[in-house]
Amino acid sequence: MSTPAQPAPGKKVNRIGLEPVAYRGSKTTLCAGCGHNAITERIIDAFFEMGIEPTEVIKLSGIGCSSKSPAYFLNGSHGFNSVHGRMPSVATGAVVSNRKMIAIGISGDGDTGAIGIGQFVHLMRRNLPMIYVIEDNGCYGLTKGQFSPTADVGSTLKTGVVNDLPPIDTCTLAIELGASFVARSFSGDPKQLKAILKAALSHRGTCMIDVLSPCVTFNDHDGSTKSYSYAKDHEEPLADVSFVPFFEDINVDYDPGTTTAVTLHNGSKLLLSKLAEDYNPTDKHRALSLLRETTAREEFATGILYVEPDKQDFLDLLGIVDEPLAALDTSRVRPGRAALDEIMESFR
Amino acid sequence: MSVTDAAVQEAGPRQRTERIVNDFAIQVATVNGSGSQTANLVLLRSIFQMGVPVGGKNMFPSNIAGLPTWYTIRASAKGYVGRKKEVDLLVAMNPETAREDVLSLAPGAAVIYDEPLKLNVLRDDVVFYPIPFDKLMQPITHDAKLRRLVRNMVYDGALSKLLSIDMGQMEKALRKQLGKKQKAIELNMSALKAGFDYVEANLPKQDPFVIEPMDKTTGMILIEGNAAAAIGCMMAGVTFVGWYPITPSSSLCESLIDYLKKYRRDPDTGKATYAVIQAEDELAALGMVLGAGWVGARAMTSSAGPGISLMAEFTGLGYYAEIPAVIFDVQRCGPSTGLPTRTGQQDILSTSILSHGDTKHPLLLPSSVTECYTMAMEAFDLAEQMQTPVFVMSDLDLGMNTWMAKPFDYPTTPLQRGKRLDAETLKRVGQFARYRDVDGDGIPYRTVAGDGMPAYFTRGSGHNELAQYSERAEDYSKNLERLSRKFETARTLVPKPDVEMLAKGTVGILAYGTTHWAIVESRDQLRHEAGLETSYLRLRAYPFTPEVMQFIDACDRVYVVEQNRDSQMLSLLRMECSPAHIAKLRAIPHYAGLPIDGRSVTTDLLRQERGEPAVAIEHSRLGTVGGD
Repeated sequence: MSTPAQPAPGKKVNRIGLEPVAYRGSKTTLCAGCGHNAITERIIDAFFEMGIEPTEVIKLSGIGCSSKSPAYFLNGSHGFNSVHGRMPSVATGAVVSNRKMIAIGISGDGDTGAIGIGQFVHLMRRNLPMIYVIEDNGCYGLTKGQFSPTADVGSTLKTGVVNDLPPIDTCTLAIELGASFVARSFSGDPKQLKAILKAALSHRGTCMIDVLSPCVTFNDHDGSTKSYSYAKDHEEPLADVSFVPFFEDINVDYDPGTTTAVTLHNGSKLLLSKLAEDYNPTDKHRALSLLRETTAREEFATGILYVEPDKQDFLDLLGIVDEPLAALDTSRVRPGRAALDEIMESFR
Repeated sequence: MSVTDAAVQEAGPRQRTERIVNDFAIQVATVNGSGSQTANLVLLRSIFQMGVPVGGKNMFPSNIAGLPTWYTIRASAKGYVGRKKEVDLLVAMNPETAREDVLSLAPGAAVIYDEPLKLNVLRDDVVFYPIPFDKLMQPITHDAKLRRLVRNMVYDGALSKLLSIDMGQMEKALRKQLGKKQKAIELNMSALKAGFDYVEANLPKQDPFVIEPMDKTTGMILIEGNAAAAIGCMMAGVTFVGWYPITPSSSLCESLIDYLKKYRRDPDTGKATYAVIQAEDELAALGMVLGAGWVGARAMTSSAGPGISLMAEFTGLGYYAEIPAVIFDVQRCGPSTGLPTRTGQQDILSTSILSHGDTKHPLLLPSSVTECYTMAMEAFDLAEQMQTPVFVMSDLDLGMNTWMAKPFDYPTTPLQRGKRLDAETLKRVGQFARYRDVDGDGIPYRTVAGDGMPAYFTRGSGHNELAQYSERAEDYSKNLERLSRKFETARTLVPKPDVEMLAKGTVGILAYGTTHWAIVESRDQLRHEAGLETSYLRLRAYPFTPEVMQFIDACDRVYVVEQNRDSQMLSLLRMECSPAHIAKLRAIPHYAGLPIDGRSVTTDLLRQERGEPAVAIEHSRLGTVGGD
């Protein structure tokens, strides 16, 4: 759609000639130091570096602190701050009706795990092509700190209330349900998060990315397993994620002996250089057992946990035309007189 | 055939000489799941093919098999297709209800029944035709399952003989119903003939009811409202359907899926020019529709009361975010464990203001299958012109029952896609402001993703004209006022009522939807039986157009007839009427779960005219007690 512009001398531009400012949004109204703002920055970086045309993006969200953030990136894209827990359905209608758009949805742990768990489940099942980010702080920030369903057993509120219900692991759920790209990261790990987001932009299917994002106001204290310090101490990167977009040559620095390359649908390469173990992100059982093992150790496995590059996405399943459904003209959507005559005849 | 049969016959009332031609109701009482649908539709269709106006109404339980169900076929030379309260000819096939079914008949009615039920002992003022169904079926097939399936055709054969319905028409209707299934046709024909022959040989005609050929159905079709609405949606160019199954709405989307599969494939690639998604619930169904409408698709869903309730939150968002959506509400009684298979007009008030905050929504009110078709198309136009959710308020009676209509006209007007910003308009208005009232009609210009026009951020009510987040009091109240202005504009866009105004100062009747068919008949009854001429306004949409107040103005008093307990449309009228207008409004409510009938309206209206209080509750026994 876009014409690569001639880069202006001295200015940092991406492959389609846009400067980073084209990827920015309005000023954030979240708390200073909020992990969500760091995620916003990584989204801006990833979209800029991948050279995505902002007018070809739609950004959606539910309700909550997390869901405010689409206003803080990609001002040139249409955005939709919808209703609590129900962004997946809005995204489904939008993506199916205009398949040319790249969709990114921002949700929170309450928006996804509590009120929105039903729609989340069915979004994952459908493998709708979109990036779905959970900005996961284990609490409700916008209503002042109540527990969310990802809060760990034993974590405490500022008021001293202890959470005694087990958490929902959104990554395990997403893998089980059929999402074809599932990752977990940490808002304080810019390098990894950006690489995951860039890889997600090259994947076709649902990319579910759970990003631990401490709430500096309500949940960044010693009793919280979603605090900055806890996350930093208990993060277990399962591989060093690197990503090479289809428009770049593969970096020769990677040693083939310790690197696994996964080819994404557009030819981009996902490179995982092994740290602790021989991790194969296309093995569903391995991904699920890894999540169980790390959870048992009260650690967070981060990185790309699971990817199924060739899985049929929802649009293919629907068998819809290649053009956006929303843009079809009358001649293609109103059957001719003969069709109506034939139908009428069947009722005579 | 046997001596006892003849003896039973003789126990009936005396031979009557009067003939009642093309003006009676047949009721078939069966057990749900017993395969009576084919027999009933063949009967309906064969009368229709003889040129006699008919209507078919299925009163069925919320059950797949085993509970009582009644199918009523009304033949009416005058073209009355509303429900007739009195049953003239009963086909009693359900042992469980047979006794009560017979006892509730008016004297002079006729009963066809399964001989072993021995219903003839119950009373002596109705005609009995005992038919040994099982005995007649024995020579036809040895397969017990098949026998059960085609057994009902025996009563069609018997009725063919008794009512003088041409057997040729029966066969034609059967072939229409069964298509190319030759073996099934042969089997059914045998059963049909067995019934006919048995009556011919054993049961002399003793009732007055007769079908005679007419020419009042030439060229017409028989169709259900949900199918008609589905055709309308397809012709409206629907591109996105999100739905969740619910009675009595499911058949709308199911028909639509069938039509779309057949007629909406890209001729070159064979790919679909539409998407239909069965959602996880009604919340998701409307969420998807709003997402689709947001990017510019013609999007719809269809549901009934409980589903509409679940859509309340999204409806409010749609109203404030100003997103087109078409929502069919095929109304029925109460909650899911209420009377989900019974009809009503009970969602009017709640749907008109569905959701939180200050909201109001346009409602279209089809009363016929033809309007299910045309209003489907009008709804899509209106939703895009108004940039708001639009509801089409059908009901179970209209949606699931069989109605006559002229074949639908091919749409000649282009799709109205509403105010979409283009380069030319942008140049004219200078700056894109999503929520600015550029034209003074409250309707702003919109852009959608991928249209090359400026983007904006969509959210609920907290925004200024430029779609920027704002909690300023002035921004909020100005936006609400514009939305009100927009609703005023809707008054000029929605379908106007049908008005038949007699000389000033008369009694007026105001009704909408399927209540119309009772009014047609009731007005004739009032004229012929009480000498009362009435003016009539058939409402076709909310918000009310000026014609409504003019009508109330011109009448001395106006009876608002509707199928709910609390006179919901009357309440909406009260919200807009002057005190002088309000003083003229009278309520005729009907809330029995069964379609309203003309006689009930006539009785209640005359009672109120005499100064007696309104009592419109129909104590009908067509229901299921126990079971489940």
